[in-house]
Amino acid sequence: MSTLTSLARAEAVRAGRAQPIATVRHVHVHDRPLVLVPLTLAGEANAPLAAMVGDDPDKPRLLVVAQPRNRDQRFAFATALAGVIVSYADGFTARVEAVAGDRARDIRVRFADAPQIVVPNPGGVDFARLFGRSTRFRRSYGDYAVDPAVPMLGRWLTFFAERAEYPGSCLLLAATEALALHWATGQSLVEDQNLAALLGWIDPPVGLTGAQAAVLAEDAGTWPPAGPTTDPTFDSTVLAPLIQAGDVPGLEKALTAQLEPTWGLVWRAVDRLRALPAGPRVAGRWDADKEAYTAHVQHLRDGGPPQPRRDSATAAAQRLNRLERAQASYAAQRAFDDPLVLAEYRLAGEAFVGTVTAAEPERVEGAGRSRKLRPHIVVSTADPVRLAPGTALVAPTRSGQKATLIAITGDGVLLELSGGMGRAATPAPGTVPEVGERICYSSLTDGYQPVADFPRREDTPWTHGGPPAGYDPAPVGDAADAAATDTVAADAAEEWS
Amino acid sequence: MSDVEARLARIRGTAPVREHTARTIAALTTNPGCDRRAVLDAAGIDKQKLAGYVEFPVPSGQSPFAISRGNAFEAQVKADGCAGLLRLLGERLGLPVPEVSYADLAPAGTGASLDARHARTRELLAEAAAAGPDGGVLLDHPLLRLDVGGRAAYLEPDLIAVRLRGRFHVVEIKSFAVIDGQADGRKVAAAATQAAVYVLALRGLLAELGYGPETVADEVVLICPENFANQPTAALVDVRRQLTVLTRQLSRLARIGDLIATLPADLTFDLGAAGAQPEPGCGGGEHPPRFSDDSAVPGRPVVEVVGALHATRARYAPECLDACELAYFCRDEARGQTAALGRSVHDELGGVPDVAGVLDLAAGTRVPDPDQAEAAELLRLAARLRAESLASAL
Repeated sequence: MSTLTSLARAEAVRAGRAQPIATVRHVHVHDRPLVLVPLTLAGEANAPLAAMVGDDPDKPRLLVVAQPRNRDQRFAFATALAGVIVSYADGFTARVEAVAGDRARDIRVRFADAPQIVVPNPGGVDFARLFGRSTRFRRSYGDYAVDPAVPMLGRWLTFFAERAEYPGSCLLLAATEALALHWATGQSLVEDQNLAALLGWIDPPVGLTGAQAAVLAEDAGTWPPAGPTTDPTFDSTVLAPLIQAGDVPGLEKALTAQLEPTWGLVWRAVDRLRALPAGPRVAGRWDADKEAYTAHVQHLRDGGPPQPRRDSATAAAQRLNRLERAQASYAAQRAFDDPLVLAEYRLAGEAFVGTVTAAEPERVEGAGRSRKLRPHIVVSTADPVRLAPGTALVAPTRSGQKATLIAITGDGVLLELSGGMGRAATPAPGTVPEVGERICYSSLTDGYQPVADFPRREDTPWTHGGPPAGYDPAPVGDAADAAATDTVAADAAEEWS
Repeated sequence: MSDVEARLARIRGTAPVREHTARTIAALTTNPGCDRRAVLDAAGIDKQKLAGYVEFPVPSGQSPFAISRGNAFEAQVKADGCAGLLRLLGERLGLPVPEVSYADLAPAGTGASLDARHARTRELLAEAAAAGPDGGVLLDHPLLRLDVGGRAAYLEPDLIAVRLRGRFHVVEIKSFAVIDGQADGRKVAAAATQAAVYVLALRGLLAELGYGPETVADEVVLICPENFANQPTAALVDVRRQLTVLTRQLSRLARIGDLIATLPADLTFDLGAAGAQPEPGCGGGEHPPRFSDDSAVPGRPVVEVVGALHATRARYAPECLDACELAYFCRDEARGQTAALGRSVHDELGGVPDVAGVLDLAAGTRVPDPDQAEAAELLRLAARLRAESLASAL
């Protein structure tokens, strides 16, 4: 949030409908996404009640747990859900594409596409994470055996949920969050959590303002909550008697009525997003998702262990480092793709747009072997620049060239350029911004960020608990398997109330 | 009856007093700056009924599944004189659990009166406190009393465990799950605030008996089911921050007289004949009905009641929607105000109170007040950047 998006909210209040806060789409929208609308039973720890799932808006698949407190019925639900989700997630392995590796001659192969699951809201992402946690350690043999599809579902759901934390990843999207990235409504963030109200602002029905549509959308009778929690009144007046009576057809009918409106809303959200033009850097981020998907499929094929309950100290630090780097690069990419996002940085004084008013393209420093081209330019801008001298800046249109801020003078911002000008004694034509050119500079960078250095697992320092328990200096695969087996043993015995 | 009490009685009118519960006291901390809520709570007005009367009913309540699950879990933890619980305190928290006696202050079916239960609680606590560090006792269904704005509120903690490391501990049993050592942060925060209310009440009682506040631990024991099973686990939760907030808010309620003095002398929320009707199914306040159908009873004109509400100053924020029965009324009243968009939005718009003012300042069509000069400059710049960026994208 910033003054810019807050101003857009104020404009939405006056206009009576949501206002754009992005000029391009920042999420990848799949040609064939899988929509999942889960419902859970109130009071229980993520006990599934029902789900509507499928990749065709006209053919939703309804899954119902007639007695949500019954363990066998829960696993029957998990098996059925696995039938839909695992086969969808597995279904992108037919085509591969070659990509250049880190070194010029390396060629790697990855899957040419990846799955995309869309849930209504962040609660749906939590459902995936928790349901993944409660199923991935189950065993298909011994005491408390379950269908082999169940732990596989758990590993896929965990994969999707973990990717959802990754800035810019689109393997698992929450509809409310994807919409809120592109539109500001005339209501609060709290109220934006309601998908029906949010779409009411973005696409008000004819004759209604966004505010009126949002108030109507809050009536749980017409627009049941988008889950995973159900409406308490529905629970007491409809659901409880039906569960009590064991009336399966009645339950299916009642739960369909609860799920169908949200099912339609999620597909509307997908269509609304698809209609926006994609930002130029969206495809690159989807490539990263394809890489993650390929790695996960490979891990499964290699018989790798399920994701641990909690990361070890080293794994957690590495993960945090990855997330931080992804966050920085995602922020920069969105700003470079979208002038409205860039405007946030201009308002904060971290970026500016202006016109080149003076240029000294052939300026050099040093002599002989240390002679270096260091052109100076002056950019005149009306933006408030709050950058310190010495800051390294980049223009999105000239990403190979560094500009160091020398001073801010009455004439404008004085910059010293380096790199990206060819090897000759004078800059190659067009490589130094010319007088009269309109240009943007910012401190944002989408460039390579070095991976931080962390100790190996077995070298975890005592400050972080020392090497993780269960660690055996045998080959990593065995150790991880052993740890996973312990967890499985503890978890298989877990009763679901 | 003091002047303030008389005034509050008049504000409440003929309706019966709505007593405080731990939940309503905890809710006081969510929006301390709201005068409307302070007055209504001090007068013991049934806000839920009031909201329904002015046609902004709260669309909430608790699912019967959540209630039955909560009760079942509590019964499980307390089974066999809390034997399992004591083991848990020893194993999980490493608390040295001495020989402990167990006393149930409200065994099912006895129907002991509130006063009798409170007296018995006090008696047992006095004994336990006098017995020194070795006397361990678990009190089930104790009844405490807390002074809230001059009125006594009766409170029922789940359990009080006495003398663990020489201190009294409040035990709170909740049925939300702790999964791999983590629980829903909002639920933990709510449980902590509720438990802090009990700590405060317990300290009050022990102060009457001549013991200092340090007798009651400012860490409470939270018991929750672990992972996806029904097995309980225990954690200590530090409630010092909640205690500070609560104490401040309660002292503010105690000074309600200053606030009432600023209100119109004839202010009342009396609903007439409709207000005197007991609301069906709303005894415990746990599962209120969605609508209260008062249409059959001739009551005070709604427009008058709305007028009375407008005479008190509300401080609406979107967070109220989760915490206050009147929130939908206040939200409607706050339409067009930047605060209705969220406190952060309000701040980012330079604290300008109304949306029209923001847009006029941004467009440069309104001359800013001297204290708005900085905000106006920021808004004009934001408007310019926004217009320029939208245009360049076309």
